[in-house]
Amino acid sequence: MSSTIKSPWLIHYDASSCNGCDIEVLACLTPMYDLERFGIINTGNPKHADVFLVTGSVNERNIKVVQQIYNQMLEPKVVIACGICACTGGIFKECYNTLGGADVAIPVDVYAPGCAIRPEGIIDAVVMGLGVLEEKRKALAAGELVSDPLPDDLSAAKKSVGGKTVRESSFFETLQKEDSDAA
Amino acid sequence: MGERTVIPFGPHHPVLPEPLHFDLVLEDEVVVEAIPQLGFVHRGLEKLVAKKDYMQFVLVCERICGICAFGHSLGYSETIEALMKIEVPIRAQYLRVIWHELSRVHSHLLWLGLLADAFGFENLFMQCWRLREEVLDIFEETTGGRVILTACNVGGVEQDIEDSELKAIVQRLEKMAVEYKGLLKVFLKDRSVKNRLVGVGYLSKEDAAKFSTVGPFARASGLQEDLRMLGFGGYGELKDFQPVTSDGGDGYARSEVRALEVFQSIDIIRELVAKIPEGPYTQKVKGSPEAGSYAVGHLEQPRGECFYLAKGNGTKFLERFRIRTPTSQNVAGMAHIMQGCDLADVPINILTIDPCISCTER
Ligand code: SF4
Repeated sequence: MSSTIKSPWLIHYDASSCNGCDIEVLACLTPMYDLERFGIINTGNPKHADVFLVTGSVNERNIKVVQQIYNQMLEPKVVIACGICACTGGIFKECYNTLGGADVAIPVDVYAPGCAIRPEGIIDAVVMGLGVLEEKRKALAAGELVSDPLPDDLSAAKKSVGGKTVRESSFFETLQKEDSDAA
Repeated sequence: MGERTVIPFGPHHPVLPEPLHFDLVLEDEVVVEAIPQLGFVHRGLEKLVAKKDYMQFVLVCERICGICAFGHSLGYSETIEALMKIEVPIRAQYLRVIWHELSRVHSHLLWLGLLADAFGFENLFMQCWRLREEVLDIFEETTGGRVILTACNVGGVEQDIEDSELKAIVQRLEKMAVEYKGLLKVFLKDRSVKNRLVGVGYLSKEDAAKFSTVGPFARASGLQEDLRMLGFGGYGELKDFQPVTSDGGDGYARSEVRALEVFQSIDIIRELVAKIPEGPYTQKVKGSPEAGSYAVGHLEQPRGECFYLAKGNGTKFLERFRIRTPTSQNVAGMAHIMQGCDLADVPINILTIDPCISCTER
């Protein structure tokens, strides 16, 4: 195992969350839940970070910010969508200024739903993300890592609903499929 | 006079838990002007009233802000109750105030922690957040949620708290208060903390009134402004309520006001728990708001006064719902106190007003 997996640094950006998930992310870093025991440190610098935690849904104004942070991070990197807002848009999905979950802006590796997501859920998601990170690192070492393209050209996925362009999160489609399979 | 430079600050910045952008116009290291830019968290949830009926909307309203979540569901419920002329059972009113004051304790502890983080006192930040977990545990035991409680609905509250449990809550809070006093010594007496706060971001009483600041930001400049004095809802049952104020007007005064309000909230909870009456805690709500009906609600949130407006149209869906949140009132004052401060003090100045961007932009 490399040092990246032993001590991944994370960066957190609040896309348009209600703060509920943000404070839970912060709570993870405090003594009660203590993500630092996995060697995880919260950093403000995208270049230092291996794990990108996004909370909240993406809107017209912050989609660029999310993409900029993602682009500045170096490979291998993992994106974790925290909270149902970041997964699909959640309760704000129908709002006029919400484009959808984080995956309308950047490729997401781990989805961690919940409203608000509990710190235990975040820890689970991060630990799961570390597995993805390790795979990516191996692929990178073997020269096989192909970075996922930014889904900014999402014209195919765009739908027009009542005059508003909606981009459907892929996670939402999975959920819907699971629902229809169950029915 | 040095040359002017414009520095963009945010939206992603390590001290800010929330995205907020400032264009800082600097002359050497001194800020001449700070121009706030908003919109990063705008979702447009007021419009959701057209898609969710008035009973469901309380859930949306709660998610305006995860820190004062309970407050928003309370404010919304009170507004709709005024709109539909619903009498809320007394016990529910007491329980609402108890949860609301608990939220205030949690919000202020969270803020004190963030402030400590902003001036680089990591240990103090961790300690504040450790104490805050105590309140979150109480939330979890009484409602099941940690930050989003879903405890308040139109007509009352979702669930009761038993009297024995209420007494246990008071005991836990009192135990917490002892530890909290130790932390306060550091916040209010420590020289290095004072160095960072005293005299930073001064706002005079006149300016506080001129910029219509609200909440602890206004109270720290000597304004006696606290909607709890009006005695709405369960606050009317309090024997005597006096807001915590300070004349300092600087960052230190603001932390002092918030720090002491934690004790005040604990006192309120203790007083209400001692005299909470028996009875039902919720009541069935039928029908929908009448066409053309119109109601205003107000509430003292941890960050200041918050106004709600609701208009009915005879259906289950509201015609219009509008909120004016405390931070939107305080942004002008915040931009003002940043004029003339050092670049290194910008994070402290932003934090001492306790901005909640997610409320402001909704
Ligand atoms: S998932 Fe829930 S708690 Fe998290 S940001 Fe969205 S509304 Fe807030």
